[in-house]
Amino acid sequence: MKIYADNAATTKMSQTAVEAMLPYLTECFGNPSSLYEAGQKAKEALETAREEIARIIHASPREIVFTSGGSEADNQAILSAAALGEKKGKRHIVSTAIEHHAVLHTLKKLEKQGFDVTLLPVHEDGIVRPEELKAALREDTCLVTVMYANNEIGTLQPIREIGELCKEKGIPFHTDAVQAVGHLSMDVERDGVTLLSASAHKFHGPKGVGFLYARKGFRLSNLIEGGAQERGKRAGTENVAGIVAMAAALKEAEANREATALRLTALRDRLIEGLAAIPHSALNGDAQKRLPGNVNFCFEGIEGESLLLLLDDRGICASSGSACTSGSLDPSHVLLAIGRKHDVAHGSLRLTLGEDATEEEVDYIIQTVTETVDRLRSFSPVWRDLCSGKSPFIL
Amino acid sequence: MALYSEKVMDHFRNPRNVGVIENADGVGEVGNAKCGDIMKMYLKIKDEVIEDVKFETFGCGSAIASSSMATEMIKGKPVAEAMKLTNKAVAEALDGLPDYKMHCSVLAEEAIKAALKDYYDKNGIAYDESAFPDCESCGHCQI
Repeated sequence: MKIYADNAATTKMSQTAVEAMLPYLTECFGNPSSLYEAGQKAKEALETAREEIARIIHASPREIVFTSGGSEADNQAILSAAALGEKKGKRHIVSTAIEHHAVLHTLKKLEKQGFDVTLLPVHEDGIVRPEELKAALREDTCLVTVMYANNEIGTLQPIREIGELCKEKGIPFHTDAVQAVGHLSMDVERDGVTLLSASAHKFHGPKGVGFLYARKGFRLSNLIEGGAQERGKRAGTENVAGIVAMAAALKEAEANREATALRLTALRDRLIEGLAAIPHSALNGDAQKRLPGNVNFCFEGIEGESLLLLLDDRGICASSGSACTSGSLDPSHVLLAIGRKHDVAHGSLRLTLGEDATEEEVDYIIQTVTETVDRLRSFSPVWRDLCSGKSPFIL
Repeated sequence: MALYSEKVMDHFRNPRNVGVIENADGVGEVGNAKCGDIMKMYLKIKDEVIEDVKFETFGCGSAIASSSMATEMIKGKPVAEAMKLTNKAVAEALDGLPDYKMHCSVLAEEAIKAALKDYYDKNGIAYDESAFPDCESCGHCQI
């Protein structure tokens, strides 16, 4: 059996998206900035894509800027808000400890430039508390940035409540919605969002393309200078084929969203129940307030990379927050933020199911993970010490 | 290209000399769970020859493969020869390790030396302290 269970890393392009993009790689290759027909056709496709995306997130087309993906959108959103804040002498930003590195590293850069950054802790359930966020707001807060759904543990953040708080105080609110768009209902009006980042390859579109929603009246600054593409906010000839495919993928995802979420949630819960039966294991993040396909566990006494390699041998593609898979010494900052000890965080496993997942596959995953964890524990000195009582079990 | 060589994958998938030796003549444990790797080596020594060796490892694929390869390289060898095992030799025998995984081979060397030191200590055999690197020497934990 071959099971791709790493859909939070990337997704397979949908056939609809592939077919939508092909004409723009071949006969319709014109530059949207050219005035002859081939160019204008490309321009038309670009604007249709913009309209479709805007409609799905309840925005207006002029509020959508196409980017190279989620990281670029995050960078542009945060740096723009910082630039606006600086003009008013506001140099404080509120965010959370579990953001993606595209956000965290941009904030680090701003800290070096003299900005003050408050990273809110999350509770054991991996969710930030609006009242704690409210308490962190200051007179000089120029931006609140909180992700919609976490990429590792899938936890959903109270975006609507945070949006309301920010609206009340007149503070721009950015959300990195890379894991949410195409999977959850998106409404920038309902959620009171000023800025929102998305990436096509997380919802069966192509890699290298995404978008930034910026509310009318919010002045974006450029990361890339050059031509007047994207109303002067993002220079460079547009990735027409990629953008068209992104819109097609999102349209398709949106049409099936509710049915998919229902089905995936049931499969997710079945997987969680099965893996929870492994002794000394624990689910990471809230069991209910999480993305439909996301399962993330820690298994005591084993290390994540060896688990991934053995699962790969048995046809399962997954990921881990272990340091050995990140190339750094520390395990995932998200797992540490929800209070997992280093020793335990090294033994984490993330499984993110795709739309086509079946019950049979979920049962195969449960059985295979159970056997593999057992096997690795059988020669783990850490497990031996835990079992002999030499060191206490954490999970 | 795959992350690891075929040899690493072979030793990882089918580790040699896995397990525990009861009443071992020398036992060595190095690494720590916080950093993500622990290796434990057990030696059975008779007439200054390593008759048997077993290991247990908590760690990534290359840590498991390095322990497995290191045990194969010293099994049946005189103690003096086992003392000369280097991490480089372990890594080479595995057809190389990615740069950021070299510390796994260092751990394997250290685990064997820690077990030999334990054997010397238990039997009151004099030895040169400088022959035993301390765990800090690989620098991995200072990244």
